[in-house]
Amino acid sequence: MTPKILTNLRLIDPEAGTETEGWLRIEAGRIAEIGEGHRDGTDCGSKVLAPGIVDIGVKICEPGERHKESFRTAGAAAAAGGVTTMVTRPDTLPAIDSPETLEFVNRRAQEAAPVNVVAMAALTKGRDGREMVEIGFLKDAGAVAFTDCDHVTTNNKVLSRCLTYARSLGALVMAHPQEPVMSSGAAVTSGKFASLRGLPAVSPMAERMGLERDMALVEMTGARYHADSLTTALSLPVLERAKAAGLDVTAGVNIHHLTLNELDVGDYRTFFKIKPPLRSEDDRKAMVAAVASGLIDCISSFHTPQDEESKRLPFEEAASGAVALETLLPAAMRLFHSGDLSLPQLFRALSLNPAKRLGLNAGRMEVGAPADLILFDPDAPFVLDREKLRSKSKNTPFDGQRMQGRVLATFVGGTCVYGDL
Amino acid sequence: MSFRAKHLLGIEHLGPDEITTLLDLADDYVRLNRQQIKHGDALAGLTQINMFFENSTRTQASFELAGKRLGADVMNMAMQASSIKKGETLIDTAMTLNAMHPDLLVVRHPHSGAVNLLAEKVNCAVLNAGDGKHEHPTQALLDALTIRREKGRLHRLNIAICGDIAHSRVARSNILLLGKMENRIRLIGPPTLMPSQIDQFGVEVYEDMREGLQDVDVVMMLRLQKERMDGGFIPSEREYYHRYGLDAEKLGFAKDDAIVMHPGPMNRGVEIDGTLADDINRSVIQEQVEMGVAVRMAAMDLLARNQRATPQEVMV
Repeated sequence: MTPKILTNLRLIDPEAGTETEGWLRIEAGRIAEIGEGHRDGTDCGSKVLAPGIVDIGVKICEPGERHKESFRTAGAAAAAGGVTTMVTRPDTLPAIDSPETLEFVNRRAQEAAPVNVVAMAALTKGRDGREMVEIGFLKDAGAVAFTDCDHVTTNNKVLSRCLTYARSLGALVMAHPQEPVMSSGAAVTSGKFASLRGLPAVSPMAERMGLERDMALVEMTGARYHADSLTTALSLPVLERAKAAGLDVTAGVNIHHLTLNELDVGDYRTFFKIKPPLRSEDDRKAMVAAVASGLIDCISSFHTPQDEESKRLPFEEAASGAVALETLLPAAMRLFHSGDLSLPQLFRALSLNPAKRLGLNAGRMEVGAPADLILFDPDAPFVLDREKLRSKSKNTPFDGQRMQGRVLATFVGGTCVYGDL
Repeated sequence: MSFRAKHLLGIEHLGPDEITTLLDLADDYVRLNRQQIKHGDALAGLTQINMFFENSTRTQASFELAGKRLGADVMNMAMQASSIKKGETLIDTAMTLNAMHPDLLVVRHPHSGAVNLLAEKVNCAVLNAGDGKHEHPTQALLDALTIRREKGRLHRLNIAICGDIAHSRVARSNILLLGKMENRIRLIGPPTLMPSQIDQFGVEVYEDMREGLQDVDVVMMLRLQKERMDGGFIPSEREYYHRYGLDAEKLGFAKDDAIVMHPGPMNRGVEIDGTLADDINRSVIQEQVEMGVAVRMAAMDLLARNQRATPQEVMV
């Protein structure tokens, strides 16, 4: 591969927290040189170059529901959305709970996706909270974390043993903090809006109850723990206490909980049905502030493809989840344009922290790091048309909305997989 | 004429002028219904389909009679026993019916928002006959007509709504309608049967029934469904009747001329004393049923007029 020099850039270094004007040379798939000022090379018109997004919690739907999404379509969406590493979820059919199914995923990812794919595995067999998976074998086969996704293990004995065993292997456990009895059947967050619409609702307190239970078990077992998506101000003091007590705990937030609130559901619009449900505006602001302060470590898309049939139902019956690989960056740019978060802060949560937490060599803007980079224009305006999304499923809550921020080029290991540089 | 709505999905999107227009027309239909020959021709030649995905005797009969009195061809579909059971989705059922060119679709469904969803997919007028815990607009309108005729006005009244507010679409529609007409609304019931943050709807909330009934003009009782009495929401039927059942003693706290309403069907001895329900000096429960037919005639008449006024899109 010939060396490539990109110049006239705004370089984002999330680790140093800086944005500098300069240039960058890519050679042999790595960042070979970074410099300030101008240099001969491909002029990038003063656009932003940042480490590619490491997205924890992408659902690909292979195996089992390939009509909703495949490695090929998700990979194309990721490349177009600036996601250079997809960290996939094991809530497929069947679940990724054995080295054999993990091997299938790895093979499909290799042959079909233009971006990096690393897989997470289930924590218990069939994600049903009874028997632990072969954590050792799965870790050897490349599983970067273990999670039952939105299935909460209610049996504390089982979960404490899983956590203890995972700790002995240094494996990261990702959980969905939630009190599952409280939240069963809920479609929205309880409050004025839920009462007006007459929809089954859950208090955000159910999330805090789940997190408090998990923190007690983490304290007891010493496991490495990542909360997949916190969504309410009620959870934040619990997380803060756990971190202050020195527990090995991190937490993420779903981009939708940073950019939308419960009122967006409007007249029963099922594309806004996600899990946990959208919260109040106060909760949304608290989550944005927690990303800014660093209390919340990661921002994810929680890309969840659903076909039209599963969304064209009465709100209570409709499936949860939204596709977001392609809208993650423009949605995040809303937080930049609103002045809530700087670009280095955003990429700390989108790229650096997820990579660090999973032990991946990614997310850094430094010489020697793999050239997983995105070049984008944070100001470019467009109106989102869901039919133009690359994902097979088009269930985005941002359809028809005015957005800003377009990816111009995506590099994975120095190769341009999207755009024409 | 100030009634602009294409569908009647809820009270939420109606203006006070639209409510008044509808009630005025309903008053005319009350007169018609009291004559020996009860036929009008406002819906002559139009097809009305009643789709009830949830059991109903009273509401369905009321809509059927309303349509027939105005000359519509009325068809009842018992959806529980039909294709829904064969796995057909709500939308497909709606599209199938739509292809038969109905003019009025009356829908009841157990899920909140289902009628809104259906209305998006068909090109006739849709009337919500109750969706989940969301709205039941014709019930609120018939209650309003009853109050207006009994009290001579529909504003600046103290109105108490008592019982299972949380699971009641009747309560939601009434809170919205009576609020739009500028009345003082009090909600009375145990906190386990109150929707969350209901105090933000411009209502006063009371847990003590006697306190809540103090000087009210109207007492609306709600039906407590059997499945809520199992100890999950209230301890027992008898404790509920003791604390929240309407009897002569508790009604004594309301104004002397306060009227008693109930959307039916009643649980005598659970939320209301049987003797009180039959007291023709206080109870207007039978009038509510009569107003129901008139209000539904008015609603369908107005929607049909709006439909005639807008050119129909041709569906291929």
